[in-house]
Amino acid sequence: MLSKKEKKLIKEIWERLTPVAEDIGSDALLRMFASYPGTKTYFSHLDISPGSAHLCSHGKKIVLAIAEGAKDISQLTVTLAPLQTLHAYQLRIDPTNFKLLSHCMLVTLACYLGEEFTPVAHAAIDKYLSAFAAVLSEKYR
Amino acid sequence: MVEWTEQERNIITSIFSNLDYDDVGPKALCRCLIVYPWTQRYFASFGNLYNADAIKTNPNIQTHGTRVLHGLDRAVKNMDNIKGTYAELSVLHSEKLHVDPDNFKLLADCLTIVIAAKMGSGFTPEMQATFQKFLAVVVSALGRQYH
Repeated sequence: MLSKKEKKLIKEIWERLTPVAEDIGSDALLRMFASYPGTKTYFSHLDISPGSAHLCSHGKKIVLAIAEGAKDISQLTVTLAPLQTLHAYQLRIDPTNFKLLSHCMLVTLACYLGEEFTPVAHAAIDKYLSAFAAVLSEKYR
Repeated sequence: MVEWTEQERNIITSIFSNLDYDDVGPKALCRCLIVYPWTQRYFASFGNLYNADAIKTNPNIQTHGTRVLHGLDRAVKNMDNIKGTYAELSVLHSEKLHVDPDNFKLLADCLTIVIAAKMGSGFTPEMQATFQKFLAVVVSALGRQYH
């Protein structure tokens, strides 16, 4: 459950991160690959070494999608409809991996925002990312 | 038996040697109680946990947070026998405190975030992976004696 205040906070934070989407996204992915090597299996067709073009563009894509959803959280199912289909029928990423990326995204945000990543902001974003992941996996079965 | 490389040992000792336990411990515990409010169930006797500010200024939480981090210190000093080091604490958490062992992971995640916020980009993906490996061993050891 997200309060109005939390939705506003989430929207503001992801707006701030949009210009550095590439940095945030690639950092989170790298952290995920380092801590959870099994996640690399989904990227055997890409070059995911630090600083690679694939890693940067992919990280950017993910962060921009999260930021887009944050603009109107009540419309998440509508906003994510195409991505739901993509993940369910083409990518078929096991949904447990969404939790792993979400956690690494939080670590990236902590590194980037420092003290500004307050417990309240952390709670709000954690809830948002959980909701995002849940919507993303809605069409799986 | 958990295997630690020389590099992993160095990463763990270096992270902990640069920590202010009185700061990081309470911060991690506060964050856990705020981000995962159901964990407050174990602290009913601690007084006012009504909102984030109350939690952050609660002296019992301060004391307890520091205690927990000093408890982690024991694992740092006994990395080759974390399971044995925590056998008694595991029994305590199971039989006296009745803490659901799933909660250990929640606190571990919050500690990782607090340290990331402190170290910024210095908390590299490699350090994070090692730190999380360490915490996973601690979490497993604490849950070991539950039955």
